[in-house]
Order: sequence, then structure tokens, then C-alpha cells
Amino acid sequence: MTAVLTWLIEPLQQEFMVRALLVSMLVSCVCGLLSCYMTLKGWALMGDAVSHAVMPGVVIAYALNLPFAVGAFVFGVGSVALIGYIKQMTRIKEDTVIGLVFTGFFALGLTLISKVRSSIDLSHILFGNVLGISSSDILQTVVISVLVLSVLLVLRKDFLLFCFDPTHARSIGLHTGVLHYLLLSMLSLAAVAGLQTVGIILVVAMLVTPGATAYLLTDRFDRMVWLSILSAVISSVAGIYWSYWMDASTAGCIVLVQTLLFLVCFLLAPRHGLLAQRRRSPRASRFPSA
Amino acid sequence: MPSRPTPFPGSERIAVRNLCVDYHGVVAVHEASLHLDAGTICALVGMNGAGKSTLFKALMGFVRPSAGSIAINGLPLRQARRARAVAYVPQTESVDWNFPVNVHEVVMMGRYGAMNLLRIPRPIDRQAVKEALERVDLWPLRHRQIGALSGGQRKRAFLARALAQGASVMLLDEPFNGVDIRTEKLMIELFEQFRREGRTLMISTHDLAHVTSFCDQVVLINKTVLAYGETSSVFTSENLALTFGGLRLEGDPTTAVEPEPPQAP
Repeated sequence: MTAVLTWLIEPLQQEFMVRALLVSMLVSCVCGLLSCYMTLKGWALMGDAVSHAVMPGVVIAYALNLPFAVGAFVFGVGSVALIGYIKQMTRIKEDTVIGLVFTGFFALGLTLISKVRSSIDLSHILFGNVLGISSSDILQTVVISVLVLSVLLVLRKDFLLFCFDPTHARSIGLHTGVLHYLLLSMLSLAAVAGLQTVGIILVVAMLVTPGATAYLLTDRFDRMVWLSILSAVISSVAGIYWSYWMDASTAGCIVLVQTLLFLVCFLLAPRHGLLAQRRRSPRASRFPSA
Repeated sequence: MPSRPTPFPGSERIAVRNLCVDYHGVVAVHEASLHLDAGTICALVGMNGAGKSTLFKALMGFVRPSAGSIAINGLPLRQARRARAVAYVPQTESVDWNFPVNVHEVVMMGRYGAMNLLRIPRPIDRQAVKEALERVDLWPLRHRQIGALSGGQRKRAFLARALAQGASVMLLDEPFNGVDIRTEKLMIELFEQFRREGRTLMISTHDLAHVTSFCDQVVLINKTVLAYGETSSVFTSENLALTFGGLRLEGDPTTAVEPEPPQAP
């Protein structure tokens, strides 16, 4: 018992650990909520694209002494707009356009970081640096998080309808174009917040895995949101502790815990887990009940 | 149990005048005109690619016509949309049935346009949803996730959404695809009730037997409206031959044309 308490309390005596835990819990709330929409809309690849595309924005913002969030947001939204434009103007399919645009932006970021004089550490952008997060970065993360959470909470039903049936949404006078780009803007902002914690490479896990895990556990959207946030927060806290005691990569540990939680749900979820599906007779699982 | 008939003022529901729609220079619909009065069930018949979807999209204001005009209940489209006059009932294939929403929530989505920004249901919205669900016999199943409904119940859930919306014009995309005879009969009874309430239904269908069995009017489309009007006068072998690309039909028009394969979702 004492050993467990020591295991839990000792890291909290370090200020950087407390900050890391608080920041990553806040980011987990934002990403957990947003990941429900990403999962239901099928925007995982878009999340990956946006998170990579913000890189040149981060580099330019640091070089110009601007808040990194501003640069990241401009490039995140810019990449989304560019993807939409190329898709509309050519016959190239969306997944190809996404792959094309995000690698282009990412390459630009890499090139810039090697040429622009700044104090940025490439590995911090790529893999996160939540244990060494600065006060100004914390402030930016808090502002972004409050903004994204507010927009998602106010428009949560509109976004839900937009994901479920955009045609109906449009026919009753909702502005689906605005909802589309607003949700993608929230994705850009959440990616910026998430890259503080786990970095550009793994931020897509924060934007997809909690929602996918929760989707296996419930058929109600409200419950899905809470479960998603809960799994994201648990993963962040457990991942940070794990990385502290194992002296391992924080981003790696957080995402690994998320993935483990997903695997547990994939196997054991009461209705949609693998074992539950096996238990049901093939006949019952194939035909919906009347 | 049927709720009170909804009063819909005016006698003209749909008025399309010389409508032209093109996508990047490719003509989808050319010089199409039609008028539908209140309390009409109208079949929309045409081959794949004949412009049925484009006409539906135009009636919902989703495509910008290159020429011509559309009025719903005598109002320009923008105003009609604000009044939630037009409801679209999608093909079952185009819906994600695993989506984590229950029947009540789906029908409540019909009311969103009338609610405040947070979409918090008022008593009037709850009442409209309850009445709509009772009319389609789904009130006892309102807490079910939509994917847990049978094929016929799924169709009825979306009809309930259109009812809760209070739409005076309903556009139904292949409503009879994949339903059994009993459900089909139930749906036709509902359509006839809607007609009595002054609503106008436009039904895109491949099954030509339906056209003669309960549709008052028919619109034949092949890049333009070839003919429209009373079913008895418009639904002829000659007109069907024109509609289906010059194929000359003999005998009973309701059986002579092979139905098209259903569209991919």
C-alpha cells in the first residue's frame, strides 16, 4: 500500500510533473471530445493530415516570435482549404489529395526547421515535450482548449447532425459548409494543443483512439463523449506516470496506454467486443432484431 | 391516435419553371417545368442519370440553377427552407445505421431548425416528436438505437422525422427498396394520410407498378421533364419509351420496362 502511494505521490513533488499532468488532462478532454466526431465522420486521415500540416506554421511562428498556435492554426486551416480546393478542381480522390498535401506541408516544415535560425528542437515538435512545457505554452494550450470546448459544446448537436445526415441538416437550413470548416478548424486547434503533449507524429492517436474506444462501448452519443474523455484522461495520466517510472518516452507511453485500452475494449466490450460477438449466435448477429 | 391534420396554406406546393442545371458545363437538367398542387402523391420516374437526383437537389436548394426558377408553397427556395417546408427521406443505403443515436433523437433532428442554437427541445418539440412517432407506430421503440430497427421500422423512423419537421413537401428517394409487402402497405397508408392533410409527396421509384396503384400524378424525366400530369393520361407506353431512352414498349407499361439496378450507396 505504501509502495503504491509512493509510486503515485513521489512524482507529484516535481513541479514539471504536476504541470505535465494538468496540461495533458486538459488536452485529453479536448481531444477526447473531438475524437468522437472524428470517429463518426471518418476523418482520421484528415486528422493525420492537419496535425502534420501545422509543422511549418509552428516553425515560422517561433522564428517570428509569434504564439506558435497562430502559425499552426493558419497552416492547419490552410491545408484543409487546399485539400478541399484540389479535390473540387481535379478528378483526384480525396485520400490521395490528403496524402499529397500533408506530406508537402510536412516537408516544408522540415526544410524550414533546418534553415531557419531558432531555438526549436525538432524532436520536441515531432514527439512532444510535455514534461518541459513552458508557461507561455501552457497559456496557449489553455486558451485553445477553452475555445474548442466552448464551440464543441454549443454546437454539439449541429455537429452530430452534420456527421449523421448532412443532407437533412442542409434541408432544414443549417449551414453545412460552415459546420464543415468549423469542425476542421477545431481539429486544427486540437491538433495544436495535442502536439504539446504527444507531438505531431502521434497526435492523431489523441484525435482518434479515445473516440474509437468509446464507440465500442455504447450506442448513445452522450455516453460515448464521456467515455472517450475518460479514456483519454486515464491514458494521459497513466502514460505520464509510466514514462516517469520507466524513464521512457512520454508520448509513446500515453499513446501505448490508449492503444491498450482500445484493445481491451475490442476484446471485452459488452455488445460490440469480439468475445460478445462470438458469443452471440451467427444468426442473431447477422439480422437486426425486429 | 392520428394527430390533427396540419394546416398547410395555399394550393400550389411545387412550381418549377424552365429549370436548367449543369455541373461544370455538363447538362443535368434542361428547361424542366412542372407544377404540383397540395395533396398530391407524385411519382418521379426516369433512368439512372436522367436527372432525378438533380431535381431533388434543386428542390432542396442544394444546386444553383443556371436558369429558371423554383417556388415551394409560393415562396422562393431560401424562404421555404427557412420555413422547413421541404423534407428529404433518404434511401436506406445512404444512412450509417451504426451511428450512436436512438429513434427519438433521429426524429428530434427534424425539429432542429425550429429550436434555439443549443437545440434544447421545448415542450412543443417533444410533443411534435411524440405525435410523429405514434403515427408511425414507433413510440414504444423510441429508445432503440436506429440500427436495431428492422428494415420497415427504419423507413418509418425517417418518415416520422419528416412529419416532426412539419414539412408540407416530402421528397422520398426509393422508399420501397428492400421492404416487405406488409411494410409497403403500411407506408402507402401513411402516404395517403399525408395526402389528405394537404402535403405533397414526390416519390422517386423504379417500381412502375406503384405509379398506377396509388400515385395521382407522374413526372417522367430524361434530362428534362418529358411529361407530367394525371397518371392515367401521362403514364403511356409512348411516354415511357421516351423516358427510357427510345425503348419501344408494348402492352402494359407497368410491366414492360425492366427496373434499373439499385444505385450504389
